[in-house]
Amino acid sequence: MDFEFLSQTFVALLPGIPVTLELATLSLMLGAGLALAFAVVRVRRLRPLNWLVIGYVYVFRGTPLLVQLFIIYYGLAQFPEIRSSFAWTYLREPYWCALLALALNTAAYGSEILRGALLSVPRGQIMAAQACGMSGFLLFRRIVFPIALRQALPAYGNEFILMIKATSLASLVTLADVTGIAARIIAETYRPVEVFVAAGTIYLAISYGLILLVRVAETRLNPDRRDPAPVAGVGAARKEVTP
Amino acid sequence: MNQMTPPAQPDPALPPAVSVRGLRKRYGKLEVLKGINFDAHRGEVVSILGSSGSGKSTLLRCINMLEIPEAGTVTVDGTEIALVTRRDGGRRPADPRAMDQLRARIGMVFQDFNLWSHKTVLGNVIEAPTHVQKRPRAECIAEARALLDKVGIADKADQYPSRLSGGQQQRAAIARALAMNPAVMLFDEPTSALDPELVGEVLRVIRALAEEGRTMLIVTHEVSFARDISDTVVFMNDGVIEESGPPEEVFAAGNNTRLARFVEG
Repeated sequence: MDFEFLSQTFVALLPGIPVTLELATLSLMLGAGLALAFAVVRVRRLRPLNWLVIGYVYVFRGTPLLVQLFIIYYGLAQFPEIRSSFAWTYLREPYWCALLALALNTAAYGSEILRGALLSVPRGQIMAAQACGMSGFLLFRRIVFPIALRQALPAYGNEFILMIKATSLASLVTLADVTGIAARIIAETYRPVEVFVAAGTIYLAISYGLILLVRVAETRLNPDRRDPAPVAGVGAARKEVTP
Repeated sequence: MNQMTPPAQPDPALPPAVSVRGLRKRYGKLEVLKGINFDAHRGEVVSILGSSGSGKSTLLRCINMLEIPEAGTVTVDGTEIALVTRRDGGRRPADPRAMDQLRARIGMVFQDFNLWSHKTVLGNVIEAPTHVQKRPRAECIAEARALLDKVGIADKADQYPSRLSGGQQQRAAIARALAMNPAVMLFDEPTSALDPELVGEVLRVIRALAEEGRTMLIVTHEVSFARDISDTVVFMNDGVIEESGPPEEVFAAGNNTRLARFVEG
């Protein structure tokens, strides 16, 4: 392996990192917002929205992201209504098409993660809040959502990492993300191994940073699990009862 | 006893703190409450005894509408909880906001504590005062610390519920209910989920509250405790109130055989 070429490639790929990170961050934020709305619709069984969301999740989880991306990028242009509408200023840009496809895709997976988390909130803790006079949005904001979030975080962290890697598909609609630049260098040099090793290393580094971030978030949200239970507390409780 | 505390005598001259009339509740074909009438006066401690399945916990949950009864009325502190009939025949609160306001004046302590796992003990106690009653946070914290001191877990204020023993969790839950300064406290088998050696510390706290003259309804299996602290003992069986009165009368020898069998265990 040619290490000089490898390091040159590595440097050449660096400008793609902001594109990759931006695509991942924006699509995850957009997707998480949609996912939360969808999850609430599912848990509350708000008809007829509930059926729509079930169908949406079925379609977006059941088809490849690449197919979804191509349908949005090539397909939408065929409708004159869309070409003449305000949305066309965005939808004719490959960047926005990729962002839309990624966000809609992660929203489908995310909504299922959040739905499971919302359903796992202990009934008794909700009842205790109702008994204090909480209901509606206050109950959701103060009790249900924070507990569900703690439940969802490990699985959602997985989704973050999947999305970082999924952004590489955006290169197929001409975006110059890490993979996009890599593909261009390969076309110029015919040396796919070094280029892909360099690209893979970059994705690995980003994913590792993300794993650390999720871990930090998990410990911050679950301070009671941060360190082992103090032995003194248990001992004190026992002592009280045997005077 | 402390000179400052009001006398623990129930006052029948005032309107009752809790008044239940013709209460009926069914789950599918099973009728759990078959027409319950009873009053709890201000400052009165009422213990509700009965075997499991006799409907005593359901009765307690109907008082703050965690369960909606099919028929009958519940009046708490002079306010009747208005229910309207739904299209499917069940009932729902006429005004959800009014129900929330009423629930805020009824403290409830659950068998399984049900502390909010994502908040510290102090966070649990100040949650409803700051967000439901919308009182100043500093004031709520000061009160919460005093309450935690009162139930004997002041040193656990910054711990999370999962770090506490069952008895400590239940005392925290009692402090949480007291923080709303409720007109009536409901206890739903407060010691049934506890290890035997932890029951005493919770019963001591409840006894102290009884001596303060608080209005309390206690569903319990602790017969001797109920006999000790109650002004009134209610014995439920199969969805009806079978016996009700001062403990010395209800527990008098030769009384209702079912109660006698229940007391003997």
